[in-house]
Amino acid sequence: MLLIRLAVRNAFRHRLRSVLTILGVAVAILAFGLLRTLVDAWYSGVEASAADRLVTRNAISLTFSLPLAYREKIRAVPGVTEVSQGNWFGGIYVDEKNFFANFAYDIPSLLAIYPELAVPDKEQLTALLRDRKGALVGDKLAKRFGWKVGDPVTLRGTIFTGDWDFTIRAIYKATRAGVDESQFFFHWTYLDETLRSTMPTRAGYVGFYLVGIDDPTRSADISRAVDAQFANSLAETLTETEKAFQMGFVSMSSAIILAIRLVSFVVVLIILAVSANTMAMSARERSGEYAVLKTLGFSSSTLALLIAGEALALSVTGACLGLALVLPCAEAVGAFMTDFFPVFLVSEQTIIMGLVAGVAVGLLSAVYPALYAARVGIAQALRKVG
Amino acid sequence: MAIPLSYSWRNLLTRRVTTVLTAGGMALVVFVFTATLMLAEGLRQTLVSTGSPDNVVVLRKSSETEVQSTLDRQVSSIAATQPELATDSQGRTMAAREVVVLFVLPKRNGEKSNVVIRGMGETSLELRPQVRLIEGRMPAPGSTEIMVGQSVLSKFAGVGLGQTMRFGQRHWTVVGVFDAGRTGFSSEIWGDAEQLMQAFRRQAFSVVVAKLRDQDAFEAYKARIEGDPRLQAEVKRERQYYEDQSKALSRFLKVLGVSLTGIFSVGAMLGASITMYSSVATRTAEIGTMRALGFRRGDILLAFLAEALLLGALGGAAGVAASSLLGFLTFSTTNFQTFSELAFGFTLTGEIAATSVGFALFMGVVGGFLPALRASRLVIVEALRSG
Repeated sequence: MLLIRLAVRNAFRHRLRSVLTILGVAVAILAFGLLRTLVDAWYSGVEASAADRLVTRNAISLTFSLPLAYREKIRAVPGVTEVSQGNWFGGIYVDEKNFFANFAYDIPSLLAIYPELAVPDKEQLTALLRDRKGALVGDKLAKRFGWKVGDPVTLRGTIFTGDWDFTIRAIYKATRAGVDESQFFFHWTYLDETLRSTMPTRAGYVGFYLVGIDDPTRSADISRAVDAQFANSLAETLTETEKAFQMGFVSMSSAIILAIRLVSFVVVLIILAVSANTMAMSARERSGEYAVLKTLGFSSSTLALLIAGEALALSVTGACLGLALVLPCAEAVGAFMTDFFPVFLVSEQTIIMGLVAGVAVGLLSAVYPALYAARVGIAQALRKVG
Repeated sequence: MAIPLSYSWRNLLTRRVTTVLTAGGMALVVFVFTATLMLAEGLRQTLVSTGSPDNVVVLRKSSETEVQSTLDRQVSSIAATQPELATDSQGRTMAAREVVVLFVLPKRNGEKSNVVIRGMGETSLELRPQVRLIEGRMPAPGSTEIMVGQSVLSKFAGVGLGQTMRFGQRHWTVVGVFDAGRTGFSSEIWGDAEQLMQAFRRQAFSVVVAKLRDQDAFEAYKARIEGDPRLQAEVKRERQYYEDQSKALSRFLKVLGVSLTGIFSVGAMLGASITMYSSVATRTAEIGTMRALGFRRGDILLAFLAEALLLGALGGAAGVAASSLLGFLTFSTTNFQTFSELAFGFTLTGEIAATSVGFALFMGVVGGFLPALRASRLVIVEALRSG
């Protein structure tokens, strides 16, 4: 007990230095937390995916399409409960900077496969299904542009040329955390019927199919059964679980993610340098005191504990301060980066890792001073004071 | 008389552990800062050097990338036969109708990524003097033979010389490996345009790449193509086209890098402050003596600032030196805009090195200013008494 009090008192003897050290640790832990959250944001699509959903796409790559006729063939595979066809639309709203995901989907089957996209207002849902040019947008997206139900929106097509007019008919909310609330969906039939008159060769083709299945444990079998139907055809398919599909996007940026991960450890090293410096200074200044304590009969290990306690008091205070700041900062950064990362949430794991980093920095920065205190010769140190 | 610089330098030497730790913290910050700038620069240089100054690219209107674009045979023929275009030694117009598609290929580490496969026309190679065959031979025209870029060969599996790949219901043999230096082409696979169109069941080309008779012909060519209502096409200088493609990724890298180092540098500056404050505190008596000897407040302030600057310079030099080693690495990731894999390097320019060292000095000055001010404000009598 006495030891703890002494450690805490020691920690705040040099008030300015302690405050600076704590601030340094706090800033570093804040950066660490934000970086971890950034990596998590990359994986948000993977986290949000469910085990009972598959995605079927062209085996060559996502830029190739599949015939609409596959829909019924996929639906006939045993174990498949629902199929929805979709196209990445890639439309631009006013300016390229306003990026958000927009898809053409068969809306009724989409909502059946994705129960987490809930339209709270049933009247909106009916209106959406009735209006061929109607659009379903996420709550966050509607707030970002100030859209309300009934507003007209025009997207400029990049893959499908021309200006496309929509009316916002419904707004969805996510029923669980981590689901992207900034997507824009519209009726696939609108896309297809327009293409039939403007670009007839491209009509009747689907970007990918979402497949709902009844038994997640059989997903591998069902995937194989779907792909087997179209083997050696003009458009061979590749079916995988939604998770694997999303993971494919993440792994494309694996080099960047690895770099961010490495950098998040570099920041811990930076703060280790700062904190170790503070502790080294304290130890040097107090060699006389250590000699007195040793003379009184305290062992080297007790001294080491004392120093470690002091370092921990500083680093853990800093870490807690940093972690307290992570939440509001993540919110601000998330709002800023919303076009890159629609989901930007601080996970529990990040908080725990931040604390662990704080404790590790405290312990490691105490190593050198503890060794120093253990080695310091009593007579020599006492003479230095005199 | 000013206090000599060696005084500040010796002070750093006396307290080696502290100096190394503080400068080390700064060096790490500078390392991250330099590395991100180098990466953004490497990306920019790769994409800019991919385009040639007198080449133009014709794309479908409002499509942003080659992969999104489609030009049917009639449109591409019109675009490829215009008076503004240069002709080669055999009298052919220097224009290539190319088809560009993405397909998924497994990497050596098991992950999958999109690779660009480019169907080339007769003059594609003449238009890209950067592309050199380094192994094997050129694919024979009209055959299912392909050649792969060096970055593809080093990052992806199953694309070695003599190996066959299966896509589009056919087998394709790799007969050549080409090197295109640090350009985007090194991350591509090239084959015969007509064969690839057959295999992928495409009726249309993606782009027309052409060489202008001279650079000034661009406006005339652009006006003619874009003014033709049959074509619905867009003309860009090749260099501009590739530069546009690097924008999103390079902006992302820069924003990330600069905001990160912004936060990190606060930590390092606090570190420098701690060091300098304690440096002042342990030398109170010494400072008093110097004042008593006749050195003025300004001299003391400068001496301590010089110490902080030296600390920053040490950190900056170490950081830049460490990051210059990154030049040996290549970085390969998916370009957000084209959705395809692109390999690029870390490029250190004089400007980046200067910015980084400047940044380190700035951290030193900001960290050292308040402690130096405190040192210069000490009252002589009290300072002497404290010793």
